[in-house]
Amino acid sequence: MKNPPSSRRSADDRGFRLATGFSALLVVLLVAAIGLELYRTSHLSIAKFGLRFWKTTTWDPVAGQFGALPFIWGTLYSSVLALLLSTPVALGIAIFLSELSPRPLRTPLAFLTELLAAIPSIVYGLWGIFVLVPAVRRLEVWTPDWMKKIPLFSGPPLGVGMLSAGLVLAVMVIPFTSSVAREVLKAVPSTQREAAYALGATRWEAIQAALRYGRTGIIGAVMLGFGRAIGETMAVTMVIGNNPRISWSVYAAQHTMAAVIANEFTEADTDLYLSALVEIGLVLFVITLVINALSRFLIWSVTREVKVKTVAPVAPPAAAPEAAA
Amino acid sequence: MNGTTRRKLLSGFVVFLCGAAVVVALVPLFLIFAYVLQKGFSSLSWDFFTRNPRPVGETGGGMANAIVGTLILIGIASGIAVPVGMVAGVYLSEYGKKPFGSLVRFTADVLNGVPSIVIGIFAYGLAVLPVKHFSALAGGLALGFMMIPIITRTTEELLNLVPGTLREGALALGATRARAAFSVMVPAALPGIMTGILVALARIAGETAPLLFTAFGNRFFSTRLDQPIASLTVQVFTYAISPYDDWHRQAWAGALVLVAVVFLFSVLARVVTRRLERMHRT
Repeated sequence: MKNPPSSRRSADDRGFRLATGFSALLVVLLVAAIGLELYRTSHLSIAKFGLRFWKTTTWDPVAGQFGALPFIWGTLYSSVLALLLSTPVALGIAIFLSELSPRPLRTPLAFLTELLAAIPSIVYGLWGIFVLVPAVRRLEVWTPDWMKKIPLFSGPPLGVGMLSAGLVLAVMVIPFTSSVAREVLKAVPSTQREAAYALGATRWEAIQAALRYGRTGIIGAVMLGFGRAIGETMAVTMVIGNNPRISWSVYAAQHTMAAVIANEFTEADTDLYLSALVEIGLVLFVITLVINALSRFLIWSVTREVKVKTVAPVAPPAAAPEAAA
Repeated sequence: MNGTTRRKLLSGFVVFLCGAAVVVALVPLFLIFAYVLQKGFSSLSWDFFTRNPRPVGETGGGMANAIVGTLILIGIASGIAVPVGMVAGVYLSEYGKKPFGSLVRFTADVLNGVPSIVIGIFAYGLAVLPVKHFSALAGGLALGFMMIPIITRTTEELLNLVPGTLREGALALGATRARAAFSVMVPAALPGIMTGILVALARIAGETAPLLFTAFGNRFFSTRLDQPIASLTVQVFTYAISPYDDWHRQAWAGALVLVAVVFLFSVLARVVTRRLERMHRT
């Protein structure tokens, strides 16, 4: 049923579509341009060091020796530590807000937890330097001797170091993981819980059923938090001690990829030095790109079913699909 | 029925743990707020807003240069990001069902997750390396790139809240798609879109990492776009890691200003979005 619009009008419509589509294309091009530009600038270092760049531990700008392993180590260590600390809390929040919380508390609590994501990184860092680090130092001084023999807790009590970084990162990551996990749990059909209850399940067992149903999305939520932790710069660099040494100890001052870029970029006096830093940035870019893409895909695979459902029928207001709580 | 009791106890225990998790997350939030408020208010003064930094080692002075610098930087950023992001958002809500729409949405989300320091390197390569000096323009560019995906997604989301019947009405009256979008749909969603922009602004106003080697920072008052420029965040960073007590105090004052702006915008956004949702639901 082609209606006959004037040809001018359909030309206008096509123009509108192309013009707005161009803006949308710019978003895609931007990501591609970032990748290309980083690759171009890091070419010198890639050509000179190759894979050795990621396997060696000597970072000596004066001698022109660049090995980035300590930074990779620090980034992974701090992010995994943050993940271990934040995931139980974030999932607890998501479960509480979507399944357990009394209705009037739900919105304000969600708002408050998400406020954690709004606090600028630099404020976390400032708070970290003046409040958290002294507190961590006190904790480290207080460590009993038998514990210090374990490599995980060895070394002098500096305050700055992996533990402080992990704690700050954990707090910063919580709101991202919890809000996505909440979306995922919301997307789990209430029939899943009702079926569990009908079989005589307790609350926790019904929640487990919901978690199992949405587990792909939950994994996505955790990965999203991981991506955030890997790229976090300011708060980490202010509390981790910025020392490129590989150590298992959470008390040791270490370094991360993002932190070394932030610290040394303006000091890079040779092309090779700059190029080495940009190569670290390039890898950071690629890692976060992959993690984000993967997590978005996982989240989408769970939540899309709900989106489809909300479009189709107009549910009567009485039958609001709330969990049988 | 020992088993049942145990299951019930376990269930109660887990419910308790989930509630405890909320408390655990809120403790750092309140601690940070408390410290920033307490330390910030005691160091905030009129001078903070009106004076420039004093020479190193002298106490007093303020961050007037950094406040103006931040305003200029977010001005440049919005000049770039608002048109691009808004129009891309209009595209997504009008034609976004096609595969290309999904691709754009996906890239925008991924771009949103790219570390800000990486965006900073990109802006450095684009605007600092060719001219061999830091500039406000480079800083604004970096912040603008960060804003684009946020504005694109919020614009789309809020346009989707506007009932499609409005568009159909406009089209039925003979309007072109462009007219229906910009004269009917966008105005209907405008309060929401404006808040979306405010939220994006609040987020980039608190960014430090991408400015370190683009806008760089400046101890003096400057409004020139081709020169290094101060910003609140970089100044707070420099002061925080300095050895001077007076600078630490000013850093807390700066943090208070940042947190206040962010908090205000978040609450505002919340209120407007709620109202829009309620308005269009019926």
